[in-house]
Formats: sequence, structure tokens, C-alpha cells
Amino acid sequence: MSEDKKELSFEEAIESLETIVEKLEEGEVPLEKALSYYQEGMKLSKICNDKLKHVQKEMVSIMDETGDLQSFDIQEEE
Amino acid sequence: MSDKYLTVSALTKYLKRKLEMDRHLTNVWMKGEISNFNHHSRGHMYLTLKDEGARIQSVMFAGNNRSLTFQPENGMNVLVKGQVSIFERYGQYQLYIHEMEPDGLGSLFAAFEQLKKKLDKAGYFSPLHKKQIPMYPNHIGVVTSPTGAAIRDIITTLKRRYPYTKVTIFPVIVQGEHAAPSIVSGIKQAHEQKDIELLIVGRGGGSLEDLWAFNEEEVAKAIFNASIPIISAVGHETDTTISDFVADLRAATPTSAAELAVPNFLDVQQQIDRYVHRIQRALLSTIQQKEHQIRQLDQSYLFRFPDQLTRQKEQHVDQLDMRMKHEAQNALHRSKRVFSNLLQQLNKVHPEVQLKDHLFHFKQTMKQLESSMKQRVEHEERTFTSLLDKLMLLNPLEVMKRGFAIPYDHNNTFVTSVQQMHPDDDVFVDVQDGTLHCVVKQVEEKKHV
Repeated sequence: MSEDKKELSFEEAIESLETIVEKLEEGEVPLEKALSYYQEGMKLSKICNDKLKHVQKEMVSIMDETGDLQSFDIQEEE
Repeated sequence: MSDKYLTVSALTKYLKRKLEMDRHLTNVWMKGEISNFNHHSRGHMYLTLKDEGARIQSVMFAGNNRSLTFQPENGMNVLVKGQVSIFERYGQYQLYIHEMEPDGLGSLFAAFEQLKKKLDKAGYFSPLHKKQIPMYPNHIGVVTSPTGAAIRDIITTLKRRYPYTKVTIFPVIVQGEHAAPSIVSGIKQAHEQKDIELLIVGRGGGSLEDLWAFNEEEVAKAIFNASIPIISAVGHETDTTISDFVADLRAATPTSAAELAVPNFLDVQQQIDRYVHRIQRALLSTIQQKEHQIRQLDQSYLFRFPDQLTRQKEQHVDQLDMRMKHEAQNALHRSKRVFSNLLQQLNKVHPEVQLKDHLFHFKQTMKQLESSMKQRVEHEERTFTSLLDKLMLLNPLEVMKRGFAIPYDHNNTFVTSVQQMHPDDDVFVDVQDGTLHCVVKQVEEKKHV
């Protein structure tokens, strides 16, 4: 399970998280189920937060004439 | 003398020939604003071209205006090519327009409107074709000029809001005649990168001419046919291009395109925190709800008085037991009653009883017989005595004792009438103690009979 979770994209993780929130809030959930939702939700929120900590270092690149990607810096004008 | 005087027609014809021989007037290039435009039903266009200082009556025949790529309108500035001549009937000089095209901005507006209409009809702007913009794109492509404000605005905004996405710039020419094909090939290049999830296509502000590439049909088609969702970002708020209509999402400026492309990471973090909070609250409320259920169950009658459960059952069992015994007894009684009834019936038909009955009956019958016999005998005796008495009364001997006699003749026939007798007839008279042999002396008949 946890192996799969690491493969999740941020979007998938946050969508799963949202789904779990909705399921839990629906009420009428058996306690065992609620607990497992809770655990899964916590795991997903951790995944999301981890991903949010992982900022792209070399975020921007540009395609040159030959179709190769080069890193790109904004020319600050002021 | 009258030869000195020209006719109106002659003068007009002369003037006309003069004008038509002038090489400048037969090939006029002119610009002006259209007014009094009238497209006649036969197909000719009549209009006045004017500027601030003058006006000229103009006509464009159907044969020429058929090839126009735009619809002339009042107020439109146009460039025309034609010939000046005279309409003889009215003595009016006018411009015969052979070619006409919109002047400057007017031309671009017309082309814009025409392409917009065409693409709208073809369904390019339909919401049905709009693709969903991903919420959290991992890789964004930017098709724009690598220099200038637009790319700077886009990248700083993306970095500031959501520094988790990869950005790849596809540098293109964004103005001039090479712009459109360059933009088209930039979009194509972006599609060759496998993992790009969202494209921003645009440029910064500029004049209508500067932005013109984004009103070109080939750019519109490239955007329409793209499989990656595209946010268009051309110029400023007020600029609207064909690309904006075709794109899946229109941003007013490059900065706002970047804002539409990614969420703010602070918002995302807050959102995650809210989710966590909601999960915790939901779990808590689930637990509280279960606790409440447990408490309720706990307080329920049966849990408070668990004995009651078995007591009731015991009572029930007892009741059943009693009912069973009662029923058994009833059944026994019923059987006994049936048995005794049968026994009674059986006893009734016992031979001894029958014999007794018969004997009794027989005795009774005998008794009856005896008594009836006795009655009968007595009756007979009584009858006999009475008959005897009657007989005694009737006995003639008894009567003769009292003095009565019985006369009869020699034939032993009783004499009951004087008619039977004649004088001297013998008559025998029996009396009580013998017979008198007599002779009739006289016959006297009683008169009163």
C-alpha cells in the first residue's frame, strides 16, 4: 500500500484526500472503516505536504533551436 | 448662329472625353471614408467617399465588387483604385471603383470579424471543445517570446505561487509576418514533449498589429487541434484575439494566465490542513456518535435489568408448561367422557338388558292381553245376559203366561187377520199349557181399522 502511495502524483494524492474527507463526513461509517480512512487520510496529507516541501530546483528550462532543453534564467530588467 | 451653342449633351460628352483621356484620372489611387453606402439589389454599390474637406460620388459595379473580401460599411476607411468619369445623365463626375480594400486598422478589424464569424460557425469557440485545465500541473509549457515582459511575468508568477511545476519555454516569434507559423510550430513542439500537461500561449501587450498573429487562422487551428489544454494570454485586459476565443481558458494578461495555471501553494497547504482538520473532526464525531450509541444501549432497559430478559422467558416457559398440563388434562377428561358415553351405550345394548326389556315387554303384553281378554269375556257375558233378557222378554211362552194365545190354521200358519178365517174353519189356539181345537163360528171385522 505505502509503496503505491509514493507513486501517487500530487494531484492524485490531494484528490484521494478530498474523497476520504467526503466519505468520512458522510457519517454512518463503521468505526473500523472510519479509522482506516483516518489513517489513509493522514498518510495522504503527509504525502501532499512532503511534495509541497520538494520545490523544483531547476524549475524553468527553454528549448533551443536544436530541440534541446537548456536551463533558463529570467532577465531581470530592473 | 445657333451653331455657336453647345448642347448639354455635347458639353458633357466633351468633358467626359477630356477626363477619360487624362492618364492620372483613369488610374486613380485614393483613400477615404465611406458614407451613404447603398448596395443596390442589382448588385452595384453606390457610395460617397469623403474626407474632412471634400466628397466624391462613387460607384462600384457588381462585376468589380463581387471579389471583395469584406463588407463595406459607412464610416469605414478604404483604399480604392478606380477611374474618374462623368455620369452624363446627371452631369455628375464620379469615381468608378475597380478595387477596394479596408484601410489600416479597418482592414484588420474586418479580417478579425470575418475569421471570428467563420470559426464560430465551425464550432471553434464551442464550450463542448474546451478541455479541462489540470488543477495541479506538474509540467507547464509556455509558448511565447523568450524575451520581454510576458515570459518574465509568467515565470515569476508560477515560481511565486507554485514552485513545484516544471516549466518549459518554447521560444517563438510573436509579431510580424513570421509570427503565426512560429507560434504554430511552438505549439507542435510542446506536444512532442510527452509530459506537458498545460500550455500557456501568448505575449505581452502591443498594438493590434503587434498582436495580429494571434488572430491568424493557422494559430487558431493549432490551438483548436491541440490535445494539451491551452490558456491564452495575449496583451492586456482589453485585447481580445481569436486565440482567446479558441483557447480552453482565456487569461487577460500573461500574469493572470500563470495565476490560472497553478494554485497558490499557501492555499494548497491551507486546503490540506483543512482536509486534515476535517478528517480529524469527522473521525472524532464518528467516535462520539459510536460512544453515544453505546451509552444509549447501555442505558437501555435490558442492559439495566438483564434479569428481566431471563425472567420473562422463564415466565413464558411456565405459562407454556401450565397450558400444556391443562391441555393434557382436558384431553384426558374428554377421552374419559367419550369412553363412559360409549360404555353407557354399550351397556344399553347388553343382551341381558335386552332380554329384560323384552321380558318386560312380553309381560306387559301378556298383561294387556289378559286384561283385554277378561274385558272381552265380561263384555260378551254382559251382552249375552242382556240378549238373554231380551230373549226372555220376547219368548211367546212368557207372553202366553200373561194370557196371550197364538192362533194358527191347519197349515200351521199364524192367524194374524180375520181375513184368513171363514166361519167353520178350524182354528188351533195355543195357550200356556196346551192347544185348543176350535171352530170359527163368525167372522167380525173391526170397522175402525
